[in-house]
Amino acid sequence: LRKNVEDFTGPRERSDLGFVTFDITADILNEKMSIFDWNVKQLFLYLSAEYSTKNNALNQVVLWDKIILRGDNPRLYLKDMKSKYFFFDDGNGLKGNRNVTLTLSWNVVPNAGILPLVTGSGHVSVPFPDTYETTKSY
Amino acid sequence: SGSMEPAFHRGDLLFLTNRIEDPIRVGEIVVFRIEGREIPIVHRVLKIHEKQNGDIKFLTKGDNNAVDDRGLYKQGQHWLEKKDVVGRARGFVPYIGIVTILMNDYPKFKYAVLFLLGLFVLVHRE
Repeated sequence: LRKNVEDFTGPRERSDLGFVTFDITADILNEKMSIFDWNVKQLFLYLSAEYSTKNNALNQVVLWDKIILRGDNPRLYLKDMKSKYFFFDDGNGLKGNRNVTLTLSWNVVPNAGILPLVTGSGHVSVPFPDTYETTKSY
Repeated sequence: SGSMEPAFHRGDLLFLTNRIEDPIRVGEIVVFRIEGREIPIVHRVLKIHEKQNGDIKFLTKGDNNAVDDRGLYKQGQHWLEKKDVVGRARGFVPYIGIVTILMNDYPKFKYAVLFLLGLFVLVHRE
């Protein structure tokens, strides 16, 4: 699993708004063993950002998600993706924040049974700059 | 309703836990109630902001919906809190509830089921 990002921030009203672009390369089939066994109906994949601010000890924001159904192409090769959801902070905690971590996680949805939530083992750190962008085409 | 398809469909039976100490984190499927509304909603947590003391406010969204749930919350309400949570979805069994739904939506079906159950009881009385 590999993620690359670049970022910049812009103020919106009183809260910081972060912009992140990323690449995701994922191979859900691992040689002969697939996560898609007989009881897996779909995977709900999501990329979330986690960070701390003065206002809030813990913040988690889902930036992007995707549903992968059993039978879909198990290889993900996404480049220059923009976040699906607005990355608003509750306040101004993104400015100069060096400790924003992106993690890829997934919810395994079975045909019947338990719904486990799995967090990927890789994290990518996304440091936000100290200044705001005043205009940016997005 | 269809807002969590294709994971869950109307008629699926969900197993919930409601341990207060379980932290609310993004990606989890929570069952919550909006103040003043009876029917609970089962959606996924999209965003959380938690304070040092554990106070948390969070936003939800149905997998199959294009937008988050802010439009569903009470007028002026922007976030959900721990007190709005009824449970956390931990597992499910598909379709089971469909029989109850059919019985509610189609009274004739309900009477047919009851009639058949009655017959069954009569026929099996030793």
